[in-house]
This record gives sequence, structure tokens and C-alpha cells, in this order.
Amino acid sequence: MKKAGIIISLCAAIIVFVASCQTDQQIEYMRYYSGGQGLYTVNCQNCHGKNGEGLSALMPPLTDTAFISKNKDQLACYIKNGMTGMVKVSGKFYNNTMPPIELSPIEIAKVLTYVGNSFGNRVGLISLKDVENNLKNCK
Amino acid sequence: MRQLLGILILCLLFACTSNKIKTLPIYGDREPITKITDGKEVTDTLYHTIPAFAFVNQYGDSITNDSLNGKIYVADFFFTTCPSICPSMHRNMLKVYKEFEGATDFRILSHSIDPKYDSVQVLKKYADALDVKGNTWWLLQGDKEATYTLSKSYLVTTPREDEKEKFIHDGYFILIDKQKRIRGAYDGTVEEQVIKLIEDIKILRNDPEQATK
Repeated sequence: MKKAGIIISLCAAIIVFVASCQTDQQIEYMRYYSGGQGLYTVNCQNCHGKNGEGLSALMPPLTDTAFISKNKDQLACYIKNGMTGMVKVSGKFYNNTMPPIELSPIEIAKVLTYVGNSFGNRVGLISLKDVENNLKNCK
Repeated sequence: MRQLLGILILCLLFACTSNKIKTLPIYGDREPITKITDGKEVTDTLYHTIPAFAFVNQYGDSITNDSLNGKIYVADFFFTTCPSICPSMHRNMLKVYKEFEGATDFRILSHSIDPKYDSVQVLKKYADALDVKGNTWWLLQGDKEATYTLSKSYLVTTPREDEKEKFIHDGYFILIDKQKRIRGAYDGTVEEQVIKLIEDIKILRNDPEQATK
């Protein structure tokens, strides 16, 4: 009976240990995400809002999950070069100018990982490598 | 006797709390003035006030200091193509607008510091994009020098042109009473301060001094 108790507590300890253990990829994701949060506050929040809600018909929201995942490979270019002209987000048209944001590729990767996994979005990690590749193919 | 004492204490307690009406401070320089009224010498206080002005709003209507007679108002300085603080300011100003929309004794004045670009049509388009209707919130443009000079009387940083940001200005919302005196200044980019502004507008509207004029 005593033996069974020891085995159970040992099993429990192993489960807790495994659960608390994060993979390298998860750690990297968390690092990108938390770094991106700070960059978002400084560079994006003024226009796009604390919760990515945008501003009336003036600034588009970042909550259109379909838009974000469809344009995943262009998002880095939007930040680097800014955006002009008509854009359809969440079923509404926006026609304003987004200025180019002066961020390094690693900063772009972090802020995109934050935006891409906040406000209802779930695109996973956007790495430095992804951003470097995407920036080569800006339209 | 003991009962009487109890009532007396209760009365004293209420004297402290119920009669006090919350009022807002009056900002800016002030000076005493002495004048002769009915043969008697009377000393009064001359407060800092917002001087006369004349601009045009998003509907093309002429707006002057007289348009604000009998009204409490909030003023700020912005431009429609502002890349930095203006979106935050006006996201917060929309809260003020929605709270007091349609009130006849309240206005919001947003002065464009870039009147060359911010024409009446541009301001109307901006108001439409913000879903601002009616006469509660006026977006004003006019002579640039007059706007910059007026900003001094609101005790905010005088705007200046800048290569990178186009214009440098601060994001204060200034609360003005019916006597055109400054009653508060709030950082329009900070949500908590704007919530305070909404509370202060309510206090000011309930101030008996504001009811008469």
C-alpha cells in the first residue's frame, strides 16, 4: 500500500516536470511575443489601438484574422514600406496612408509575432528568417 | 438631553458634507483690478481668459469666440495627417464626444495646425471617418499664425514645423468654462486622464456659477 503511494507521487512529479518543460521553439516564441508587445505599444498602438481595434473608419483594425493569415507574407513589407491606397479589412474599406515604420528585421519579426498571435489571430511564430525572406519579395 | 446632543452632533456632521459643492480650480495668471462701482471702490480678480478668434469649421461655417457664448468647451491642436499622437488623442476625444453628444451647452474644438493641407473638405472627410456628426465637435481651420498665437493663450506648447514629424505639438485637452477661463488640462493620449476630463466636465456643468451665464 505504501509502495502504491510512492509510485503515484512519482508519476505525478514526472507529469509536472514534463508539463513545465518548454521546448526551444516555445521559448523562442515567448521571447518574440513579449518583445513584440513592447514594440507594438511604441510603434503601432497610437493608430491601431491597445486591442487592435483600429479607429473608426480612419485606421483599420488588426482583428481581421482572415486578412492577417492571407497576407502573412506581406505583413513585413507593410511595416517596412508603409501602405497607401484602398484596403478592405473586416468588410470595410480604408483609404489612409500608413507611414513606413523604422524597425530592424528582428524587431519586425517580434512585432508581427505579437500581432499575429493577439486580437484573435493565431499564425504562430514569425521568425527573423521568415521576415528576411518576405522582405526580399515585397510587392 | 442626550437625544438633543445626538441630533446636534448629526447636524454638525451634515454641515460638513452636504453643503460642499465640488468646484474646479481656475488656471493661468490673475491680477486684482480695482474699479469704482456706485461710488465705492471694489476689488475684483481678473482671470486669464481665451481671447477672440475666428475660424471655419468642417461644414464651412464661421466659428468665433461668440459661437462659444454660454458653452463649456474642450480644445485641442492636431492635424489630420499626424503620424504620431493624434490618433490616440482623437480615439480618446471620441469618448468625450459620445458622452456629451447633442448637449447644447458643450462643444469640442479641434484646431488644425496644418490649415494648408487640412482644408474644409479634408476636415469634413476626417469627421466623417470618425463618425462625428452635428455640431458637438467642430474641427477648425483658418489663418495659421492666428492658430499658433491662440495656442499660447491655452498655455500649451506652441506648435512648430519639423522635418520628420511634420509638426511638433502636444496632446493636451484644455477645458474652458463659460467665462472663457481655463479649468483643466488633460493629456489626451492617456485614457485615465480623459476619463478624469469627462468627470470634470460634469462637475463644471453642475457648478452654480456656470448655470447663470
